[in-house]
Amino acid sequence: MDQFIINLLFVGGSFALYIGIAIWAKAGSTSDFYVAGGGVHPITNGAAIGADWMSAASFISMAGLIAAGGYANSTFLMGWTGGYVLLAMLLAPYLRKFGKFTVPEFIGDRFYSKNARFVAVACLIVASVTYVIGQMAGAGVAFSRFLEVDSTTGLMIAALVVFVYAVLGGMKGITYTQVAQYCVLIIAYTIPAVFISLQLTGNPLPPLGLFSTHVDSGMPLLEKLDQVITDLGFRDYTADVDNKLNMVLFTLSLMIGTAGLPHVIIRFFTVPKVADARWSAGWALVFIALLYLTAPAVASMARLNLMTTIYPNGVDGQAIEYDERPQWIQEWEVTGLIQFEDKNNDGRIQFYNEGNPEFADEAEARGWEGNEFTYNNDILVLANPEIANLPGWVVGLIAAGGLAAALSTAAGLLLAISSAVSHDLIKGAFKPDISEKGELLAARISMAAAIVVATYLGANPPGFAAQVVALAFGIAAASLFPALMMGIFFKRINNKGAIAGMLAGLGATLVYIFIFLGWFFIPGTNNLANTPDNWLLGISPLSFGAVGALINFAVAFAVSHATEEPPVEIQELVESVRYPRGAGKATDH
Amino acid sequence: MSGHDYDAVNYWKANLRLIFGSLIVWALVSYGFAILLRPMLAGIPVGGTDLGFWFAQQGSILTFIALIFHYAWRMNKLDEKFDVHEE
Repeated sequence: MDQFIINLLFVGGSFALYIGIAIWAKAGSTSDFYVAGGGVHPITNGAAIGADWMSAASFISMAGLIAAGGYANSTFLMGWTGGYVLLAMLLAPYLRKFGKFTVPEFIGDRFYSKNARFVAVACLIVASVTYVIGQMAGAGVAFSRFLEVDSTTGLMIAALVVFVYAVLGGMKGITYTQVAQYCVLIIAYTIPAVFISLQLTGNPLPPLGLFSTHVDSGMPLLEKLDQVITDLGFRDYTADVDNKLNMVLFTLSLMIGTAGLPHVIIRFFTVPKVADARWSAGWALVFIALLYLTAPAVASMARLNLMTTIYPNGVDGQAIEYDERPQWIQEWEVTGLIQFEDKNNDGRIQFYNEGNPEFADEAEARGWEGNEFTYNNDILVLANPEIANLPGWVVGLIAAGGLAAALSTAAGLLLAISSAVSHDLIKGAFKPDISEKGELLAARISMAAAIVVATYLGANPPGFAAQVVALAFGIAAASLFPALMMGIFFKRINNKGAIAGMLAGLGATLVYIFIFLGWFFIPGTNNLANTPDNWLLGISPLSFGAVGALINFAVAFAVSHATEEPPVEIQELVESVRYPRGAGKATDH
Repeated sequence: MSGHDYDAVNYWKANLRLIFGSLIVWALVSYGFAILLRPMLAGIPVGGTDLGFWFAQQGSILTFIALIFHYAWRMNKLDEKFDVHEE
């Protein structure tokens, strides 16, 4: 069967499933829409959080990043999972006990201040909108590659599908759709990995295969990979990192940012009990770990397979001839994500590290005049089954999985945005007497508007995809997480302290990012070149969220202790969120 | 909510102790074994590389899962012991 038809069957079939679930789980009340009526089982909720959390970045980009960076990029693995420990112990159970619909609502009530609530709404919207752009763009790319349409058409199809199930079903529809999407994405991710692990190491479990023996060479897989890539002048895959401070802070920023992202936090409002919120965090991490333990295996094996494809006779032998390149290289060349330039006109694809001065002599001796092959990290997972010569249905499965990852995260983010607009802004500030029906309509309209904005920005990306993610995590880490944590653990923090802390943490983080990446990301407006020499203490702008969080804590403590104590009823509120007894369903009053 | 009939102060202290202990392990496996202490663990081989690499790519994640389930299990016991659990 034609590959296009297979892709169409897998993608179309999975979409039909999502829409069917949405019609079955239509939301009837604001409680259904915002928190799925508060009746979701912790394991079900865990799978939904897994799909909500694992975005196009986890599914498509992460393994490619690890393949390129080796040990140094383990930061993503630890950072994007370690945040769940913070969530389970420092935020989720208490926010569930508090029992409201949105994150800004807790901040507004705890710090008895509408201004605090608006600062939180602003942080939430900026973090979520920047994040959703990446998802829509990712879905557009996956569509254009697998359905052979242009990426704008792909984006429109994606937007339409999200519109149907998110606007109709709200949290209830999204939760059950996300469980289905989790199943699709985890099957799509692991099946090719199992095949490849079997081919290379004989071990069917990829996480074990990573540390097993490479069948063809009889060496441990990682040793073989180290040898192959260092022979071409690349950096050792398992090599240690010099700038450990930056590695620690980057990991910490990802962890705190994960715990502070509102679209993840609101998922804990959907379970019936406080105890369930704790279990939910554990189950979520189990479901996430299935992919995160497979990703490093996918990364190293795909890198090795790529090298073997280009150097079929070993790296000491001749590189493959361009005319004999496999089908998948030809297909990805069309998208521009793989590029070949025959610099020494020998008709072969020389792929090596031309930036390594120690390797220059050897390259010259072999008649090479520069690296001739470049590829985009993001293609690695999508091209993985083709690189390993797996059958066509596996390719179709990967397409459906990548789209499930992008769409499930987009839906969760859109819900967080719409609840902040309809519940915190419209009901909380402009029209407190709005009826439940009116609020539900406002939530659906604001979600539709958010989809239109996200689709427009996805079709015309401002050209700073990687920076955008840093911005989302930086904002969540520097503003939302510290405010939430202090609101629960430190009774003495008052409204002035919390607002000053959030603004200071956010301001410092934004300024540091803008100095190196350009003011509001406008190219050419950066004050300093974005190189390690210019960074303060070697801290990259992407790692600064952790420092912003520290600033937030310090300022909040200093200002709170210099001003009056919070009122008695607020101290009693803090007291009450600490004890599970008396947690009703999540409500709006 | 003043005037509880349960020992609120000790319940909260027990919770803080549990969190503190868990976060020490959390930091030790990720920032410790996987990053800062990796050179010290370089002598312990694991499948073609060293123990620090294993912690960075698999060990921390497995430890995080164990920590959360341990915390949930212990807290649910504490809820009952101090009689603050939900009906």
